[in-house]
Amino acid sequence: MTDRYDAIVVGGGHNGLVNGAYLARGGLKTLILEQRDLVGGAAITEELRPGFWFTTFSYALSLLRPQIVHELELPKHGFLPLLMSSRFAPTPDGEYLWFTQDHDANLREIARISPHDADAYEQYSHDMDRVCQAIKPLLDMVPPDPFSDDPEELLALASLGSRFRRLDKRTLHNVIRLLTGSAADFLDDYFESELLKGWLASSGIIGSKVGPRSQGSGLVLLFHSLGEHDGDFGTWAFHKGGNGGFTQVLARAAEGFGAEIRVGSPVERVLTDDGRATGVALTDGTELAADVVVSALDPRRTFLELVDPRELPDELVDDIRRLKFQGTSSKVNFALDGIPSYPPLADRGADPFRGFLNIGPSMDYLERAFDDAKYGRFSREPYIDGAIQSTIDPDMAPPGKHVMSCFIQYTPYHLREGDWDAEREHLGDTVQAVLERHFPGFGSLVLQREVVTPLDIERVTGLSEGNIFAGELLAPQMFFLRPAPGWAQYRTPISGYYQCGSGTHPGGCVMGAPGRLAAGQILKDRAPA
Amino acid sequence: MIRTTPFHERTSALNETGLWSHWAGHLAANRYQVSDKFEYFAVRNSAGIFDTSPLYKYRFAGRDAERFLAGILARDIRSCPPLHAHYTTWLDDRGFVFEDGVIQRLGLDEFLLTSAEPNFAYFSDRVGRLQVTVEDASLDIGALAVQGPRSRELLSRLVPSVAEVPFFGITTGEIDGRPVTITRTGYTGDLGFEIWAQAPDALAVWDTLSEAFRGHGVLPYGLAALYMLRIEAGLLLLGKDFDSSRFAFNDAHRSTPLELGWAWMFKGLTDDDRAFIGRRALEREIAQKSSRWKMSGLVVDWEDYDRVYGAAGLIPPKNHAPVHEDWMVYDAEGKRVGYATSFMYSPILQRHIALARVRPDLAKVGSRVFLEFTVDHHYQKVAAHVARLPLYNPERKTAMANGTSP
Repeated sequence: MTDRYDAIVVGGGHNGLVNGAYLARGGLKTLILEQRDLVGGAAITEELRPGFWFTTFSYALSLLRPQIVHELELPKHGFLPLLMSSRFAPTPDGEYLWFTQDHDANLREIARISPHDADAYEQYSHDMDRVCQAIKPLLDMVPPDPFSDDPEELLALASLGSRFRRLDKRTLHNVIRLLTGSAADFLDDYFESELLKGWLASSGIIGSKVGPRSQGSGLVLLFHSLGEHDGDFGTWAFHKGGNGGFTQVLARAAEGFGAEIRVGSPVERVLTDDGRATGVALTDGTELAADVVVSALDPRRTFLELVDPRELPDELVDDIRRLKFQGTSSKVNFALDGIPSYPPLADRGADPFRGFLNIGPSMDYLERAFDDAKYGRFSREPYIDGAIQSTIDPDMAPPGKHVMSCFIQYTPYHLREGDWDAEREHLGDTVQAVLERHFPGFGSLVLQREVVTPLDIERVTGLSEGNIFAGELLAPQMFFLRPAPGWAQYRTPISGYYQCGSGTHPGGCVMGAPGRLAAGQILKDRAPA
Repeated sequence: MIRTTPFHERTSALNETGLWSHWAGHLAANRYQVSDKFEYFAVRNSAGIFDTSPLYKYRFAGRDAERFLAGILARDIRSCPPLHAHYTTWLDDRGFVFEDGVIQRLGLDEFLLTSAEPNFAYFSDRVGRLQVTVEDASLDIGALAVQGPRSRELLSRLVPSVAEVPFFGITTGEIDGRPVTITRTGYTGDLGFEIWAQAPDALAVWDTLSEAFRGHGVLPYGLAALYMLRIEAGLLLLGKDFDSSRFAFNDAHRSTPLELGWAWMFKGLTDDDRAFIGRRALEREIAQKSSRWKMSGLVVDWEDYDRVYGAAGLIPPKNHAPVHEDWMVYDAEGKRVGYATSFMYSPILQRHIALARVRPDLAKVGSRVFLEFTVDHHYQKVAAHVARLPLYNPERKTAMANGTSP
C-alpha cells in the first residue's frame, strides 16, 4: 500500500461527488473512485453523434438541495440551471394542455377543457405547496433512529412529531393521504379532466413500479413535487450541458476543495480489518488505504458485494436482500433533423417544446401501461416524458438540429418472455410509434436513436435491476427504513464504512442530499469528542 | 405621439404579450414572450437581441471636437483612440453627476455619444467659439444590442472584423450591403456588441441578422430581462440607482462619480491639468476623502433569508424580477449605513443581490451588513455581505476571440 487517504468514496455519481466535495471541504484528504472513464454515474451527457449531446440517463434537475449549491459554491464552477419555460401535454386526437410561465394563461388553458378544474388547480397547487413546505425539511435531516435509546435520537423523534403537530388539519391530512394512498385517489378529489389528471398523475409513477391507482403512487407524486427551480416548488430546470454538465460542475467543485478524482478505477472490494474499514482494492489489484470508505453505490452493492456479507449482521443482510429494486424505466433518446410538428399547434414552431412534453393522456392510459408491467411485459402504449433539450440549451445540438430525451415507462427489468437484448429495438419502435401518432412525420426526423433499457442502466451505471432511485421509493423503504431499519444514518456495522448513495435517505433523483448528509455524519464521527 | 423605433415592424410582430413600455418617447417591449427569465437565459447561454434605438444619440464633429468633449466629459476623451469607445460621465461644477453614457470615437474628429436623457441643449450651448458641430442623431440611427456567448461567432460571419474587436472597440462593415458600425459594448455584462445602422436600413439589417441567427437559440429580449442582466453586471440605471444632478432639488438626490464607483475613470487625473466641468470639486473629493457613499454589491445570506421567511411560515420568495426602490442597509448595531436601490434574485448567482450605497468605511468587501425587508407587514433585517461590483463578471466579457485578455 503506497497511497493513503483520509477518505475514499467509491462511485463518482452525483452523490459520490457531493460527498467527496464535502469531505474535502471538511479537511479530509479525499479520493473519489469512478469505474467509468467519466464521472457522473447516471447523470452524464455523452456526444453519441458529432455535435449531438445525449443525456443518456437522468435528464433534468429539480430536487437538488439548494444548500449544496451554496455550500459547495457551485455557481463559481459553472452551475447554470436553465429555465424550462413550457410544459406540454399533447394527445393524438388534437386535445392538449400547454402551460407557459404565465399563471393566468395556464388557468385559461385548463378552463378550455374544464372550467371546474381551472379553479380546482389553484386549490390543488396551494395545498401541494403547503404539503411540500411541511415535508421539505425532512429532505435535509438525518432520519432519527426510532430503534435507539440514545436521548439525542429520542429528542429528534419528538421534535419531528411536534413539527407535524403544528400543521393545520387539512395539510396534515393531505400529507398522510399522499404518503399512504394513490395519486389517483388524491387527484380525483380535485379534478374531473382526464387529461389534466393523467398529466399530474404521471409524477406519481416516475421511476416506480406502481400505477396511478396503486397505493404508493401518492408518495412518488409528493416526492417529485418537492423539487424546486429558484424557489418554485414542483418546477424543473435543465442544467447547462444536461445533467452531465451538472456533474462536471460538481467534479470541479470537489477538486476545488482538494478532492482527487480517479476515473477508470473500478473497486473490487472494501478492505476490512477486525470490523474496521481500512481501504479498498481495485479490480486491477491496486490497494488504497483510508480511514474512511464511503460507498455511493446502491445498498445491494454496498452491503452484499463490496464487503463480505458474513461480516454483517444477518438481519441487515436479509433486509437488504428483500429491498425492492425492480427497475421499470427506460430511456429512448433521439437525434432529430428538426423540431417535431404537432398539427393543432403547427404554427407555434418550437414554443410548446421548451420543456417537458408529457404523453400520458389519461389515468386509464397510465394504468393500462402499468397493467402490462404487472404481467412482465413492457407497455404496448408506454408513458413518455419527453424533452427536446436543445430548445433550452442550443449547445446540445448543431444549429437547427435537436436532441430529444424520452423517459419511458413501464419497462420491467424482469421480462416474462424474452430478454432486453432481444427486445431493445422492439421497445424503441414501440416508443417511436407513439411519438409518430402525436407528431406526424416524427420518424422522418430521426437521425439516430438510442434505447436504454433497465438492463443497460444496470450494466453501465451499476444500479441494480436498473432502478433509477437505487431502491424503490416505497413507504417501507423510506426515511428511517432506508435502506434498512436501524441503518438509515449513513453508517454501517463496519466501523469507518459509510453509505451515501440514493439508496439512503432521502432517496433518488439528482438531489445530492444523501451525499451531503452522509458527509455530515462522517465529519461528526471524526470530530474530537 | 409616442414614436416607434425603426425596428418596430419586426419587434411588434414578435411581441406576443402586446405589452410595451415608454422609453425616451418610444415604444419598447417589456418582454416578447411570457417568460422574461427565458429571454434572460438566452443572453447568458446563447445570445439575445435587443432594440436599443430609443437611446438619445449625439454626433460631434469638427476640428475642435476632441477639445470640446475633453472640457465637458469627466473621463479624458483624449485617451480614447479612434475606433474605440469610452463609458463616460459628465458633471456639474460641484462634481455631481449629470449623466452617464457611451461615447464612440469614430474618427479623429468624429464622435457619437449615447445618453438616457436629452442633452442636445446642454452640449450645443457649450460650444462657444470652438469648431465643432453638435447634431441630434437620435432618430437617424437604429441600434440593436446582440449580447451573449454566441454573439461574436454569429456576428463575425456577417462582418468578419467583429472577431478581432476588443472590449469597447469599434469596427465598421456592411450587413446586407448597408453600412453599419459595430461596437463591443452593451448593458448586460456579457460578451456582446451593439450594431448602429441608418434608420432606413434597419429592417434589412434585422432580417439579415434573424436569418443568420436561426437555429442558434437567439431570442429577442425586452426591458424586463435587460434590467436583470444589468443588475448582475453592476451597471447603474439613471432614475433608479442615481438621479441627474441637473434636476435634483437637494444633494440627497445627487451623486458624485466616486460615490457611484467610477473612480477608475480618473486614474490619470493628476497627470495633467485638463480643465473640465467639475474637476476642482472632484479633486477636492479625492483629497479630502469626502465621498458620502460607495456603490457596492450586496449578496444576501441565504440561510438568514430562509430563516426569516421560514419563521413566518412562508416559502422564501426567489423572484428574479428586479425591484427598484429604497431598501435600508444597517450595520450589526442597527445603525443605518446605506441604502440599496435595485434588488433581485439572480438566477446565475443563485442569490438575492442588490446594488447599494454603503458608507465608505463599511464598504470593504466581505463586510457584514443587514438589509431591511418587509415580511408580514413588519420590518425584518436579513444579513448580507458587501461584494465587489460587478457581481457577475464572466471572462468572456472582455476576452479576445482566442481567449486572451486584452
